[in-house]
Amino acid sequence: MELQILGIGILTWLVFIPILGMAAVLLIPGKNENAIRWTAAVATGIQLVLAIVIFSVFDRTKIGINEAETFQFVEHFSWITVDSVPWVGRIEITYFLGLDGLSAIMVILTSLIGLIGVISSWNIKKMVKGYFALYLLLVTGMMGVFVALDFFLFFIFWEVMLLPMYFLIGLWGGPRREYAAIKFFLYTFVGGILMLLAMLALYFSVAYTDPATGQTVHTFNMLHMMNPENYIEGGLLTGVDTTWRYVAWMALFINFAIKIPLFPFHTWLPDAHVEAPTPISVILAGILLKLGTYGLLRVNFPIFPDATQYFVTFMAILGMISIIYGALCAMAQDDFKKLIAYSSISHMGIVVLGIAALNTQGMVGGVLQMFNHGIITAVLFLSVGVLYDRTHTRGLYDFGGIANQMPKYTGVAMIGMFAGLGLPGLNGFVSELFSFLGAFEAYKWITMISVTGIIFTAGYILWTVQRVYLGERPDKLKDLKDLTPREILAFTPLIILIVFLGIYPAPAIELMNTSLSFLVEFVTN
Amino acid sequence: MFTTIPIIILLLPLLGFVLMIFFGKKLPRQGDWLSSGLISISLLLSIYLLINKVSSHSEEMISHSFTWVLIGSGSIEIGIAIDNLAAVMLVVVTLVSTLVHFFSMGYMKDDVRYSRYYAYLGLFSFSMLGIVITNNLLLMYAAWELVGISSYLLIGHWYEKKSASNAANKAFIVNRIGDFGMFIGIMILFFSYSTFTFEAIFSSINSGQLPFGSEQWLTAAGILIFCGAVGKSAQFPLHVWLPDAMEGPTPVSALIHAATMVAAGVYLVARVFPMLTSDALLVIAYIGAITSLIAATIAITQFDIKKVLAYSTISQLGYMIMALGVGAFTAGFMHLVTHAAFKAGLFLGAGSVIYAMHESLHKAKDHHTDAQDVRNMGGLKSKMPITYITFLVFTLAISGIPFTSGFLSKDEILAGTLAFSTMNGHWILPVIGFAVAAMTALYMFRLLILTFHGKPADESIISGIKESPKVMTVPLMVLAALSLFVFYSFNPLGAASGWFYAAIEQPMSVVPELIQPASAHVFHEAVENIHGMAMIISILMAGAGVLLAFAMYQWKKVNADKLAEHAGVLYKGAFNKWYFDEFYSKAFVGGTIILTKILRWFDENIIDGIVNGSAHITKIISSISGWIDNNVVDGLVNATANTADRAGGLLSKIQTGKVQVYLVYVVFSFLVLFILFL
Repeated sequence: MELQILGIGILTWLVFIPILGMAAVLLIPGKNENAIRWTAAVATGIQLVLAIVIFSVFDRTKIGINEAETFQFVEHFSWITVDSVPWVGRIEITYFLGLDGLSAIMVILTSLIGLIGVISSWNIKKMVKGYFALYLLLVTGMMGVFVALDFFLFFIFWEVMLLPMYFLIGLWGGPRREYAAIKFFLYTFVGGILMLLAMLALYFSVAYTDPATGQTVHTFNMLHMMNPENYIEGGLLTGVDTTWRYVAWMALFINFAIKIPLFPFHTWLPDAHVEAPTPISVILAGILLKLGTYGLLRVNFPIFPDATQYFVTFMAILGMISIIYGALCAMAQDDFKKLIAYSSISHMGIVVLGIAALNTQGMVGGVLQMFNHGIITAVLFLSVGVLYDRTHTRGLYDFGGIANQMPKYTGVAMIGMFAGLGLPGLNGFVSELFSFLGAFEAYKWITMISVTGIIFTAGYILWTVQRVYLGERPDKLKDLKDLTPREILAFTPLIILIVFLGIYPAPAIELMNTSLSFLVEFVTN
Repeated sequence: MFTTIPIIILLLPLLGFVLMIFFGKKLPRQGDWLSSGLISISLLLSIYLLINKVSSHSEEMISHSFTWVLIGSGSIEIGIAIDNLAAVMLVVVTLVSTLVHFFSMGYMKDDVRYSRYYAYLGLFSFSMLGIVITNNLLLMYAAWELVGISSYLLIGHWYEKKSASNAANKAFIVNRIGDFGMFIGIMILFFSYSTFTFEAIFSSINSGQLPFGSEQWLTAAGILIFCGAVGKSAQFPLHVWLPDAMEGPTPVSALIHAATMVAAGVYLVARVFPMLTSDALLVIAYIGAITSLIAATIAITQFDIKKVLAYSTISQLGYMIMALGVGAFTAGFMHLVTHAAFKAGLFLGAGSVIYAMHESLHKAKDHHTDAQDVRNMGGLKSKMPITYITFLVFTLAISGIPFTSGFLSKDEILAGTLAFSTMNGHWILPVIGFAVAAMTALYMFRLLILTFHGKPADESIISGIKESPKVMTVPLMVLAALSLFVFYSFNPLGAASGWFYAAIEQPMSVVPELIQPASAHVFHEAVENIHGMAMIISILMAGAGVLLAFAMYQWKKVNADKLAEHAGVLYKGAFNKWYFDEFYSKAFVGGTIILTKILRWFDENIIDGIVNGSAHITKIISSISGWIDNNVVDGLVNATANTADRAGGLLSKIQTGKVQVYLVYVVFSFLVLFILFL
């Protein structure tokens, strides 16, 4: 399937609309703050419209994963070509974009959360121009990662995200923002280097014979990397189950595990969240973390099926530890935002456990959990933001009785909380259910231990609800106003999705079922 | 048409919930008529359905299922199924719910969140009906959790009080522990049979397919599913949440924490009964017996009117669970039904008393006296005649006095345990059963006498007591009528000949023969043989309990305090609820909190310590290298610069202006770099 607007492919539009927006923002005089905000809103709004178009015309029967022909909306051009470099031969980096069931759902998530992030950035007062310029650059980076099929392109987009995120935390963050920003930067930078090394190793091991010219060239095309026949004789990563393949898998895994974040690579997250401004937390937890698990599924699983099978149990165990460890750490927090940050670690652990099952239920459950968690955690971080905006505190013990003071707000926050707790009828339940069902098939005991997480989750969520929303309202909170129309606008689509996908998850599952079923088959055979 | 009726019954309360959440406050009377009207329609439809179902004399199920999602190449089917069991249960739920809706118009009048209260009642009714009509474990689990959350919301209705929100949290979390087991049980079954529907699971087991190919795992799966019931039906060792749940409004206690939700566990066991092995059933029987004994001992010693009723509920639920465990299927389920009527009545009666006490205390501007403590009551009989008479009927029923509904079901349960012990020697079960029967009569008549008989504790309060309004007393009268035998069997001394026994038959076991419980036929024969004896003992025990209660509290022939002193440790233990709460809060809650603190410390100091430490080391190294850079390298660089300056002059000669030569230089430097760095 192809779709073009003005002769340019829809995916290119999708990725670069925010860059256009950024250019416009840079041209607008800094005093004209509202024009800047509206430009950002329009850019991300168009992005969402494009994503909805994609959702409605996307062919749910096509596979993708490793077949270039069944990817949709493909754009494939040569980009950087250098002929006859000594020893290396021809260097070929292509501009290769495409969608399959795995990336389609992430694209929808990204564009939705991207717009909601802009709406909730409305009351950023400091350096508005710079803020939105970086924000839009960040959105481009994230969207690019989800649609890139050339590893080099993937890498560039991956690194493009890093800097705006660093500055958004470091300049617009809370008191310890610099520490948090540097920590974030170093963690992800180390991961980036590991990925770079693995990418180069893959590049030198994979060569593709062009049927047209008969020329054999090295390539960054990820789909070629998934085909064992393309590995050259004597290449570092050639063969099956070799040590170097395990090492390369591990290097990639660590990079992605940092983003997820998986225990023990997670400590950048609570700091980053606590210091980041609300919309950036929403982006961070809503989209950025998903890049980690997405990377595992896009890169590690299909390129290294052998190493993946070798390491899945290890992955499942890390998932289990994250689930329980994250939940227990969440319970010990007295900062509302930090608590939500740890809950993200716990919930992303479910994703890892689900995909590590290497069966359709687990895989679908895991990817659905990525989407659902993105929605739920956005509600939760927005909820913290609503209180922080009004009181400038996040201490769980500083609140109480908000339910009477701000009934509408309490209503939406409770729905988010209950979705996080895995209440049936809300979306979190469905994805947790399938993740666990799938995982149980593969790892009986690991899954049983992981399921204890649902008890601890109920514990920290209900305890939080009690401390913040229930009880007597202290006098200092008596002037708090309920949600503003702008806040309601940010919450509404998320709440609708939480309820709708909780009752009827089929539209989301249909989108990815074919691709993920194939991915499972591809990795396990 | 019959498939749409149950769905309408199910969805009407949900509709009520949605409407009340969004528009409740704006409606006249805050919409109580809307909620009550919708649930009344559900009730009428349920009665219609039951009559049709039972009179058709066919065990045919009304069922309908559809595909919820396709996942991989398989599909997940969900749907509904109504057999006689479900049809009876529908009426129980909608009936009690309707009565509670009306009762609440009086009891909750002027409440701060009146419309919200009715909204949650709707959510609860919907979820509970969902449990009843589903044909599969997935929807069962979903409805199960929704019931849990509505219970949470209603217990915490007065959430300004810390004790209320604490109780709500406790209820949900303790239930989650049971649900954790249930969830694992469901995973085992889904893993083994790739389906959630009861029918499909049963037929697979029947054809010899066992989870992981072992009988032990089938037993384990049964016990794990039962864990859900242990939580919801407040069975030992997870019974601790129910007494605290009395923090909720009293009509809620009647509906959720006496008649319906807590009975959901019993219903669950009845639903999965065919797949329970004899070992699993034995575990279930003992859990039920232990629960009924522990709770009954505690009930005797409590003074809070709702607490006594709460422990009594736990004890009676234990009875039902025990009944199912020994194989007295119909008796156990029948006790669920009869108990729903008289226990809901007892709670609403207690509600009526508490309401009257509150009104009177309010008028007297007394804000210290506890309106729920029976020691502040006494002599209410003449002030509240309708409440008293109905309360008496309920008390007779729960004590198992002949001509009441309670007698019929309890008698069958006791006969069942006795029959069970004659078959395989578990004599402790009937012993506990009969002992609890005596205790039940004792604590219930104690409660009745302390509340309604004798002299008022404080004349000034009691003089202000008035009978509750009609909207509250009429539901009591309805329930009192339903506590008589005729509704269940025309024979006051035996249930076995009534319509109920004809309609509700024990389902066939599907487990392999070696681990099957005794068949319904064999069991019935054993019960027949022993029934007369069981009845005599049970009447004697109940009579003894009643007599003792009168001797102690009415005629004061036996000094209750002295007796308590004699009992010593036993009394102290029972009075303090056998210290379960203390133990749990120290061992589990405290333990978890310490663990979370340790992990937080570990996270902030060890894991982050490593991260920060390595950053620190990098910083030291970089400052060393910075020094070297400034002093050593820069020196070299400066020297080089001077050299370069001179070399520049020399090199300018190489600049030939020929592109080919430049290219050679570039390639050459590239090679040098490559060799240097690889």
